[in-house]
Amino acid sequence: MITKDYIITSAQGMHARPATQLVKLVKGFKSATSLKKGDKTVKLNSLLNILSLSIKGGETISVIMDGEDEVSAAVIIDDFFTKQLKEL
Amino acid sequence: MKGIGVSPGIAIGRAFVIKKNAPATNGIVLKNQVEIVAEIERFDISVVNALAEIDAIKNNSQLMLNDDDIAILETQVELINDPQIREDVVAKIEEEKKTANDAMIEVTAGIVALFESMDDEYMRARSADFQDIGNRILKYINRTGDTNNRSFEPDTIVIADDLTPSDTITLDLNLVTGFATQAGSRTSHAAIIAKSKGLPAVVACGDELMTINHNDFIILDGLSGSVYVNPGEDIISRYSAKSASFRQQAEVLKMVKDKPAITADGKQVTLLANISNADDLAMVHDNGGEGVGLFRTEMLFMDRDTFPDEDEQFEFYKKAVLKAKGKPIVIRTIDIGGDKHLSYFNLPTELNPFLGYRAIRISLDQEGLFIVQLKAILRASAFGSVSIMFPMISNVKEIREAKFILNKAKNELLEAGVAFNNDVKVGIMVEIPSAAVTADILAKEVDFFSIGTNDLCQYTLAVDRMNEKITHLYDPFNPGVLRLILNVIEQGRAHNIHVGMCGEMASDPLATLLLLGMGLEEFSMSAVSIPAIKNIIINNSEATAKQVCQQVMAMDSSENVIAYLKEITQ
Repeated sequence: MITKDYIITSAQGMHARPATQLVKLVKGFKSATSLKKGDKTVKLNSLLNILSLSIKGGETISVIMDGEDEVSAAVIIDDFFTKQLKEL
Repeated sequence: MKGIGVSPGIAIGRAFVIKKNAPATNGIVLKNQVEIVAEIERFDISVVNALAEIDAIKNNSQLMLNDDDIAILETQVELINDPQIREDVVAKIEEEKKTANDAMIEVTAGIVALFESMDDEYMRARSADFQDIGNRILKYINRTGDTNNRSFEPDTIVIADDLTPSDTITLDLNLVTGFATQAGSRTSHAAIIAKSKGLPAVVACGDELMTINHNDFIILDGLSGSVYVNPGEDIISRYSAKSASFRQQAEVLKMVKDKPAITADGKQVTLLANISNADDLAMVHDNGGEGVGLFRTEMLFMDRDTFPDEDEQFEFYKKAVLKAKGKPIVIRTIDIGGDKHLSYFNLPTELNPFLGYRAIRISLDQEGLFIVQLKAILRASAFGSVSIMFPMISNVKEIREAKFILNKAKNELLEAGVAFNNDVKVGIMVEIPSAAVTADILAKEVDFFSIGTNDLCQYTLAVDRMNEKITHLYDPFNPGVLRLILNVIEQGRAHNIHVGMCGEMASDPLATLLLLGMGLEEFSMSAVSIPAIKNIIINNSEATAKQVCQQVMAMDSSENVIAYLKEITQ
């Protein structure tokens, strides 16, 4: 299991557009992925769940990946939160 | 009547009123396992059909969808496919023996209520998206067919209680010239789509909107949010003219928006915007601004009872820095005094407030307040490309003192282990004649200058900007003012520091070539002025600008300067 923390770098936070991209990315993994903000944890394959966390710019979240491709999933997730998110 | 203007532009035409029937539950209780399986299957098939419908919209070349539209449709695909929504619907069918129709209505209502209760405007606006996808699936569950096929006449203005994202995306722009809705918000997808398509739109008009009848004559102003129903001749002619000039401006914007501001002979200029809060940044990006040349911080201090503390200031700056999306942002420290007062901060009544206790003079005097602001700005610098600018500098001592306090602020943050950008650039406003004359001295102390032409003009010409009797003397084209500006630019360049301008002159089309010829490389102005100034830069050369500057600097009066500049800009 891999857990990584990220600060949300886009001003609007996890709004619909980046959240959609994230769900699409995650669907390519075999690992189970989830997203944690504060004491709430949700599965990452559901856009509804991600949006319901109402994640704002500057907030910190954790991503938890568990499964056979968790290492490569972590690399892709890392690229999403550190690079792509700023442009979405 | 009035709503919120969410997509600028004027629409003039006839009303087409759309009223929707809310989906109703049927209250049927499923009797056995066979019915339960059938209802789940009915839901799953409806999902497949709803997805096919979105695919059809995506592939409809007649709709001329842009990237924003596609992104919204892709979000809808994910929501229709959402495993959590399916899980909730299936649970209601299996455990509560509800029909697919009732389960879907209840799940949708639950999600809509959840998002409507959120403390974030953007998230509240998402409830409309969930209602939209709920309705879309329900349409197939009940096989009510496609209600989107409406026949519009040319110059139609759609009047609706609410428009879903899919309603908006499928509007035929050859026929529909604008829309107004009873509900909605600035961040609803209908508003975002309207803006990206350049379709004038007003939302949140309230119940009064639905008193409009089919075929009523309507004018709507997508900037101010005004909606006129069967207006008189004077309003019609006023708005016809407004509409024409807006279209012309929009044309210019479209032509230049994504082009860099480079002259015909290859001189690159940076066009930035002046802002007062984070929300202004949307306009900056829309108008092709390359960043923020002046972020006034006064708004944060006004209309309240006490000074904002460091955390509150930090949040205010950070929000803007994040919204700048990595583009440069120059934050000016507080510029109160003069004509700007704070109810909770006792400023003495002065005979000459513009020559009095204001801006950096207050900051240096009240070090406790100043250091709080500097620490808040420094903390925000960790989130983007931030520079700090001091206003009203008249001598080198003030710069050194301000920098000394800035270093103190940095040390306090270092000791506390708080992140900030240690290399944050420091600059000054050049708006006092002594600063302009001694630009060579001051240039050694800072990373950049920003010329504030409004105060520079007032101080150089000894003209009170607020005194209506002498407004004719307030004249930035006075050769005295022009010489000061030229000196600042030349000295800045000689000392290899960056020189920009954030006063009104930067947005005056009459002054653009002159300033370019003087060697100014950065213009900062209100966002809406950027396209017009960029248009001038793109269509001229630096060589011409230099000639213009030479001519102007040899002239003896502002009348001659203005007459000449008018002649060449036509």
